[in-house]
Amino acid sequence: MASITGSVEFEVRRPRRSVIIGILLVVWVAAYFLLRGIDTLVLGGQETTAFHRWLTDHRDDVGQGNAVFDAIRVGVDHFVVLLQNVLAQPSYGRPVPVIGWLGVVALAAYLAWAFGSWKVALLTAAGLGFVGLQGLWQESMDTLSLTIAAVLLSLLVAIPLGIWAGLSNRAFRVATLVLDLMQTLPTFVYLAPLTLFFAIGPAAATIATVIYAAPPAVRLTAHAIRSVPLESVEAARSLGSTRGQTLTKVLLPMSRSTVVVGINQTIMAALSMVTVAALIDAPGLGQTVLTALQTLDVGVAFNAGLAIVVIAIVLDRVTTAAGDRPWRTASVRRKVLLGAGAVGVLVAIWFSRTYVWAAEFPDTVNLGSRIAVIATDVTNWVQDTFGGFTYGVRDAVTNGLLNPLEALLTGSPWWLVAAVVVALAAVLGGWRGAVPAAVCSGLLVATGVWHDSMITLASTLLATVVVVVVGLALGVWAGRKHRVDTWIRPVLDAGQTMPPFVYLVPFLALFGSSRFTAIAAAVVYAVPVTTKIVADGIKAVPVATVEAANSVGSSSWQVISKVQLPVARRAITLAVNQGLIYVLAMVVVGGLVGAGALGYDVAAGFAQSELYGKGLAAGLAIVLLGVLLDRITQAAARTRKFNGTVRGDKL
Amino acid sequence: MTAQLEYPGVQDDNALLSIHGLWKVFGPKAQRVPRRPELASLDRAALYSQTGCTAAVRDLSFDVAPGEVFVVMGLSGSGKSTLVRCLTRLIEPTAGTLIFEGEDLRAADEKRLRALRRSKFSMVFQHFGLLPHRKVIDNVSYGLEIRGESKPDRRRRAQEVIDLVGLAGNENLYPEQLSGGMQQRVGLARALANDPDVLLFDEPFSALDPLIRREMQTEVVRLHREVGKTMVFITHDLSEALKLGDRILLMRDGAAVQFGTGDELVGAPADDYVREFVRDVQRADVLTLRWIVREPRPEEPLDGPELGPDVLVREATRLVLESDRPVKVVSNGTLLGVIGDEEILAVVAPPHKKPV
Repeated sequence: MASITGSVEFEVRRPRRSVIIGILLVVWVAAYFLLRGIDTLVLGGQETTAFHRWLTDHRDDVGQGNAVFDAIRVGVDHFVVLLQNVLAQPSYGRPVPVIGWLGVVALAAYLAWAFGSWKVALLTAAGLGFVGLQGLWQESMDTLSLTIAAVLLSLLVAIPLGIWAGLSNRAFRVATLVLDLMQTLPTFVYLAPLTLFFAIGPAAATIATVIYAAPPAVRLTAHAIRSVPLESVEAARSLGSTRGQTLTKVLLPMSRSTVVVGINQTIMAALSMVTVAALIDAPGLGQTVLTALQTLDVGVAFNAGLAIVVIAIVLDRVTTAAGDRPWRTASVRRKVLLGAGAVGVLVAIWFSRTYVWAAEFPDTVNLGSRIAVIATDVTNWVQDTFGGFTYGVRDAVTNGLLNPLEALLTGSPWWLVAAVVVALAAVLGGWRGAVPAAVCSGLLVATGVWHDSMITLASTLLATVVVVVVGLALGVWAGRKHRVDTWIRPVLDAGQTMPPFVYLVPFLALFGSSRFTAIAAAVVYAVPVTTKIVADGIKAVPVATVEAANSVGSSSWQVISKVQLPVARRAITLAVNQGLIYVLAMVVVGGLVGAGALGYDVAAGFAQSELYGKGLAAGLAIVLLGVLLDRITQAAARTRKFNGTVRGDKL
Repeated sequence: MTAQLEYPGVQDDNALLSIHGLWKVFGPKAQRVPRRPELASLDRAALYSQTGCTAAVRDLSFDVAPGEVFVVMGLSGSGKSTLVRCLTRLIEPTAGTLIFEGEDLRAADEKRLRALRRSKFSMVFQHFGLLPHRKVIDNVSYGLEIRGESKPDRRRRAQEVIDLVGLAGNENLYPEQLSGGMQQRVGLARALANDPDVLLFDEPFSALDPLIRREMQTEVVRLHREVGKTMVFITHDLSEALKLGDRILLMRDGAAVQFGTGDELVGAPADDYVREFVRDVQRADVLTLRWIVREPRPEEPLDGPELGPDVLVREATRLVLESDRPVKVVSNGTLLGVIGDEEILAVVAPPHKKPV
């Protein structure tokens, strides 16, 4: 009897998840060969659906003429134009901006010195000087004006919201929910719907940037307020502080350095968005990169991309230095020097308003054209020398992996793909995965760009697999070896502060205009965040646990596979999730350099008014893909944890 | 747990701070717990499983006399920190009355409460609760600043208390530049700066290492002698309680277990919990001769040396052991009894200890 019950139990036990997934995929491939070409919902580049035409027809119905949106648009426009007049554009009847280059460099360096240190002040002056020498002064100042406008507006909204969420538990819960959702959306998708309300132009670009850049400041302000030690707050209350006094004299000063970290992230996000917003006619460096990408002019794109990188580094270093400044009030000597510096800045500004040489950046030394020529030469040389290799890699991956995957996704009937996606989601995440998967799949069909969505999905999945493999390897290595971590982390940090746009340029040089270019750029863009999360997860495994594993004689590989990876499982799922979101963001931007599909649809929608509705639908499809992938990985993380405990209980 | 305890000592009308039937319950619908006797009598686990509530303070009543050092002692989780926060309503009590100088504190509105906190009460915290972005002198003068005193006034007053607590010369340093003991001196100075009537201490020295702790205890004794403030002192350290406290309230699970002077706790523990608590105390340092005196036996000679009843056992040990006859304990000319070698030895070197 005992043996019979034993075998019965064995038969009843559910098959392993990987087996189910394997069977599912085999069935899918088999069904693909039977059903391929049926119900694939292909839609040509210039073709539109009734839904798209309806959207195009009604584009002016929402924003135009609506007093509220018009008021916001005009207000933001004025603010941006004001900053542009001061920094970038000829204004107020003069052929030059209010403050010429000398004044801007002096003022920026002075601010960097006052808030940060003299080192970052030097860096600021050098960086601004460099973009000037590149021949991109006006474009850089346009980008800077838009960034400053967006950051100021973001902080105006974000800091009070953050304080509110810091003080009230209910506000905190709501804010966390909304911000989590906002973080899963790629930069790109904010643009399309906002043009509905605010028309294409700098105002919509600025507002999109505000929405994209505000969340980190809200989150970190709330976090900072909530991390102030309770006893300090109690001490203030016990001495009879009013609420206002507690806020201004205790909570805010003690939150300062974390809030500055939030401001740093907001600035970096804003710069990143302002460059992408070139798609909806935001002026500045993004415009230069975009035009050059579209004409495949690697030299010019590289020059402008370099300027964006330089500005990103300057902004990042200055705000980081500002956050690192100690509590101490300034010494008398520093106060005197700051006063003298302020006088110097005023003199520089006066010069820049009086003399042409100080107002217009001299173009005697034009580094920019030389950089462009060199970049083009290097590109040509690389393509001539390694072209066989790089193009070989590209074609091998494209033909060997990408094309079959894409064929499977785009060639199967939509209902088959949807069924497989829902089934996979159910296996991985239970109903928490299946329900969003079903809803998102249905809505994707409704957008009319199902076929393009599947092309984008194929590239995203392929890039994500590479990102996860590379990120895991690097992350485990860095998590286990402190020296590797200290060496690799600055590189990763620098990688994360760059706007996604500039990643495309070098890969365009290497691989030409193709889907593979977008995938390679996406891998490089997403590996830093994945690696960092994995490394942090591995490092968070208690030392005693690892020592215990070592003490029983585990090999390194056994420690990694049986202890560190399982314990760090939550971090790893998060890393996969973030990797997916980053890859999706980049694959979409890659639509500009030959990846086509959804990213191209969005860009074409901005460029051709009859495709406007289709572009909007494609933007919606990107959101749906993002939500779909995010929900499935999140749900998978949740059930896996749950299963672990249940299994232990039952067996 | 709800057994009524005898509270000796002060008469109500003389008390500075008078607490009666004080409750603090955390959890959903906390109000009902003190009101309903069947809930109020539950122990911690039963109360939590039936209502989801935890009673941090249960039905406490006591009076604090002007100028005394009142110690509340208990292990962590006994509710003593919650209790001290209830006294100035940093935590809002669930039930009970708080009378301070004849005024009902629980009826005070936000504004009145703030006024009281600004002038009548001050608190010293376990982890100091200093403001890291302010210099020592600005930390000390914080309380004066928020009640709107002019800068020269608060500078002068802050300097006075900084000198008083032995921080002179450190005014312009930041808290992170000071050692733990020095940081707590800042906390002490800040509490003294607005010249309160009552000083509340919430385990102020438990984050400090033992040598510094002893030094700070001595400092508090000195300050108490010099400025004569009423103090309510929370601690989990029995020797600290015995050293500082005029009277000690011993808490367990939010309720009072015993209330009395140090020698009462050691000499007459109310139950096994208290007995266990005070077991490792050097009894000779706490007990007085009053606690060990006995009736003279008929044949004993009564011409030995005389001592008063409030002499500590330790102080009397040598005299009693060197004397060849019993020592008489005399109070105002009345013979209370005698003490021989065995009584002394029973305290100084007890014959056996109960196994744990």
